[in-house]
Amino acid sequence: MYETTYHRASSVDEAATMFTKGSESKYLAGGHTLIPVMKQRLASPSDIIDLGRIKELIGIEASGDAVTVKAATTHCDVATSKTVQTAIPALAYLASLIGDPAVRHRGTIGGSLANNDPAADYPAAVLAMGATIKTNKRSIAADDFFEGLFATALEEGEIITAVSFPVPAKAGYAKFPHPASRFALVGVFVAKTKSGEVRVAVTGASQSGVLRVTAVESALQADWSAAALDDVAISDDGLFNDLHGSSDYRAHLIKVMAQRALAG
Amino acid sequence: MGVEGIGASVKRKEDRRFITGKGRYVDDIKLVGLIHAHFTRSPHAHAKVKGIDSSEAMKMPGVVAVLTGQQIVDDKVGNLICGWAITSKDGSPMKMGAWPAMAPETVRFVGQAVAVVIAETKNQAKDAAEAVVVDYEELEAVPDIRAAIKRGAPQLHPEAPGNVVYDWHIGDEAAVKGAFAKAANVVEMDLTNNRLAPNPMEPRSAIADYDTAEEHYTLYTTSQNPHVARLVLSAFYNIAPEHKLRVIAPDVGGGFGSKIYIYPEEMVALWASKKVGRPVKWTSDRTEAFLTDHHGRDHISKAEMAFDKDNKILGLRVKTHANFGAYMSLFSSAVPTYLYATLLSGQYMIPAIYAEVMGVYTNTTPVDAYRGAGRPEASYLLERMMETAARQLKVDPTELRRKNFITTFPYQTPVIMAYDIGDFGASLDAAMKAIDYAGFAGRKAKAKSEGKLRGIGVSCYIEACGIAPSKAVGSLGAGVGLWESAEVRVNPVGTIEILTGSHSHGQGHETTFAQLISERLGVPISQVQIIHGDTDKVQFGMGTYGSRSLAVGGTAIIKAMEKVEAKAKKIAAHALEASEGDIVIENGEFKVAGTDKSIALPMVALAAYTAHNLPDGMEPGLKETAFYDPTNFTFPAGTYICELEVDAGTGKTSFVNFVAADDFGRLINPMIVEGQVHGGLAQGIGQALLEHAVYDTNGQPVTASFMDYAMPRADDLPSFQLSHTTTLCPGNPLGVKGCGEAGAIGASAAVINAITDAIDNNKLEMPATPNRVWHAIHGKAR
Ligand SMILES: Cc1cc2nc3c(=O)[nH]c(=O)nc-3n(C[C@H](O)[C@H](O)[C@H](O)COP(=O)(O)OP(=O)(O)OC[C@H]3O[C@@H](n4cnc5c(N)ncnc54)[C@H](O)[C@@H]3O)c2cc1C
Repeated sequence: MYETTYHRASSVDEAATMFTKGSESKYLAGGHTLIPVMKQRLASPSDIIDLGRIKELIGIEASGDAVTVKAATTHCDVATSKTVQTAIPALAYLASLIGDPAVRHRGTIGGSLANNDPAADYPAAVLAMGATIKTNKRSIAADDFFEGLFATALEEGEIITAVSFPVPAKAGYAKFPHPASRFALVGVFVAKTKSGEVRVAVTGASQSGVLRVTAVESALQADWSAAALDDVAISDDGLFNDLHGSSDYRAHLIKVMAQRALAG
Repeated sequence: MGVEGIGASVKRKEDRRFITGKGRYVDDIKLVGLIHAHFTRSPHAHAKVKGIDSSEAMKMPGVVAVLTGQQIVDDKVGNLICGWAITSKDGSPMKMGAWPAMAPETVRFVGQAVAVVIAETKNQAKDAAEAVVVDYEELEAVPDIRAAIKRGAPQLHPEAPGNVVYDWHIGDEAAVKGAFAKAANVVEMDLTNNRLAPNPMEPRSAIADYDTAEEHYTLYTTSQNPHVARLVLSAFYNIAPEHKLRVIAPDVGGGFGSKIYIYPEEMVALWASKKVGRPVKWTSDRTEAFLTDHHGRDHISKAEMAFDKDNKILGLRVKTHANFGAYMSLFSSAVPTYLYATLLSGQYMIPAIYAEVMGVYTNTTPVDAYRGAGRPEASYLLERMMETAARQLKVDPTELRRKNFITTFPYQTPVIMAYDIGDFGASLDAAMKAIDYAGFAGRKAKAKSEGKLRGIGVSCYIEACGIAPSKAVGSLGAGVGLWESAEVRVNPVGTIEILTGSHSHGQGHETTFAQLISERLGVPISQVQIIHGDTDKVQFGMGTYGSRSLAVGGTAIIKAMEKVEAKAKKIAAHALEASEGDIVIENGEFKVAGTDKSIALPMVALAAYTAHNLPDGMEPGLKETAFYDPTNFTFPAGTYICELEVDAGTGKTSFVNFVAADDFGRLINPMIVEGQVHGGLAQGIGQALLEHAVYDTNGQPVTASFMDYAMPRADDLPSFQLSHTTTLCPGNPLGVKGCGEAGAIGASAAVINAITDAIDNNKLEMPATPNRVWHAIHGKAR
């Protein structure tokens, strides 16, 4: 690891101010992406600003039609939250599949979304449910947030403060884990909003990061059932093709995982 | 059996320190003035080193020295050696390129060291290593066997034309030809044995400490065989003579073969410690471990088996290409020859066998022994052949095996090995019973009705352990003898220290060896201390690998114990005024048989050391040494059966059951044996389903972290059902055979045989990842 200076912020405003003072600052939440990358000397922030202990960034709230997860809430807290389990069980289930217990007790939803790993789980839920990402500056719709591999709409120094999920009428998630990393080789989140719109997002599969699968969406819009997908053809264009999954295999898994997400 | 003697599953003595974090590994050792080394490594698989500019690095904070490959050559440090000479078919010796500890001219694999930075802290060394500017001229790389043997392929070493190290053979080619000529059926397969990265939990580490006044070196290192390390470092590398070099291998966190070898980093640390005049430490990180710990396996083979009309095997022909990577590691040459082809008879009567093995250089990390070393490759090949043959011949795979089992012993195979004893039918029966083999057809049909693909796979393995009779291995080209030594010291108050040349790095010797003493003397194991891993304490030893520690090292302990007991009996007889022949040892006491006269061990020991009243002419003290050279290998064998289901939608495999019936001879501590089998099975299953060290076409490793290299996790594995059938090994007094590698040797074929049964397609390579299995199902459907 290169030398760096650690700062612990006690409020979002303080963190944002601290950020501007460093020559190359980085926020730190659970550290389960940033620290390994720093240890491999692939990142060399001058300053790291720890968001992990900011009280206003931790917690889960439910209002009538939305569940709001604050940015520094850990995967474990989401997985075990009664609120989430009741309102959006698929989201609690998804969180329970992330990494291992150590990762789930440290890693946070804000960190996961800011990082936007193309094989991370949360982006599928956020995109499929049409969630809103709240930052210290604005609100960003899921459809506008993810901008490809490890890229998001966040501006320099912008802090995710919370994610607001509209409670769906129906939702499910199915993940086929990568044999080595256990991130998603293919993960599919299916959701039907209360207004009846079907949204389906896939993670792990595409070279453009998380994305919606329109072929699946339109089939499910007509008939919300696994059988409705039997004859849907998924193109393997632009899908990852690597040691653990060829693009045709991943295309096939999108369909299979979508069917299992419906069943789950 | 005493409560802590042979056959008792006592808890491991060493685990208290390991599970409370009190183990003392090389990296835990702190010396005054310690400084840190970090290597500048090649990012290219094949390149010329045109120049190294370390001027900027030298100016960086904390930097003490930057040393290069040219300096190591200038200082006449020897090249790394390969200790087993193999002769090709045509009588020529194997063709080896030079391997300097740091590359002065050419780098031949990604991760090869070209320079080392030594600095006050590890981080400073890392910072400065990035500032070392190496001018490379990239050369075309040869990333795998097929590319290496192509006509016109880039050449790695001028000494080895065509990238061929040797083209070796064993067996009787004409006899095999004859067998195939009269065959009723022939079964053929192309098989790949996938390359594995060893990944012990503790990465390699070395601390070298040079004492200027004494001109003496101490090397603390992660070694499975510190005496062999000292021997090689002094005899071949020109760093220090044996009496001026102490090698200490303290607690070592796993080896699996990868810590047998002497690596460049330890050599450089030693050499550098004198150059800079301070103790130098190097500890590998996980990425360096992936790049530089020597890999295992990596064969491609073609196998053909001839059967007569009654399904009796007539002959076996095998042609194997073995990948050695860029350089010949210490034992590498023996692995695909004498540790592989000599096991190709398996558990079967095969009248004629002929095997050819071509060893090739590629621009990859060197390949050497990894848990099982050659024997897993042989067992996998043979057991996939047997299962495939049964399917082709339309007979039950267990019946085909049983029909061809060797049933009388000793049995001389056509490929050197002479099996001393075994009962292969008993292990097969036990495993079939444990898994309810008879009921499988019903279970498969039921699974099918539920839309699931269920399969069963058998693997009947045999291995040669207890490595090895020195004369035999010497005649086959080994550079060392493979005996073991032990010293038993009874201290004046009756506690016992056992000094052994074996080295424990997870095997539990501190417990098992103490149990041997407990058995003989009737003393608790707490009274016995096992001392190993220090060339200043233990006189000599060949170390731990090849499941040899108990069969060879344990026997040496027994031999030394016999001498101690003989002397102690004399002392006891003298003290009790009885005849030596009447003395028996029970519960830590020396008794005159049939009387109530006795003297306790501590009193005998005290008498030996006070020497006030010893028999006339007897030397004081109670300490004896023995060297034991085995007369044969030992032959653990058994049957593994795996039942599993494949999810046709995803290609994912899930275990239903996995049973193991092993014959390891006598078990000293059954719990430790179980642990060894569990670990071995995990590695065998890991190879079958998950693990694969892969390079791209430019020789860049694509699996150099756990994000891409799939290590088995607990939930990838089934809960194992183990059992034992026992034939006592006639070759050693304990009747033991060894258990350390069996799981890794036998498991992979059972798994693949089960998957190919489930998906009804024999064309499947390891690792059978979901991606591959899905394609195998899909390819068939199309
Ligand atoms: C072994 C292992 C297994 C894993 N398995 C999975 C898996 O199966 N599925 C999965 O989805 N993930 C997995 N992860 C990733 C894990 O979920 C990470 O914790 C997560 O991706 C990042 O969250 P973090 O809180 O640790 O972020 P950090 O590592 O602290 O930060 C990550 C990035 O986000 C930025 N950041 C953090 N918080 C904010 C914020 N509030 N606003 C703006 N920027 C911010 C940081 O500056 C940094 O650039 C795994 C990680 C590990 C180590």
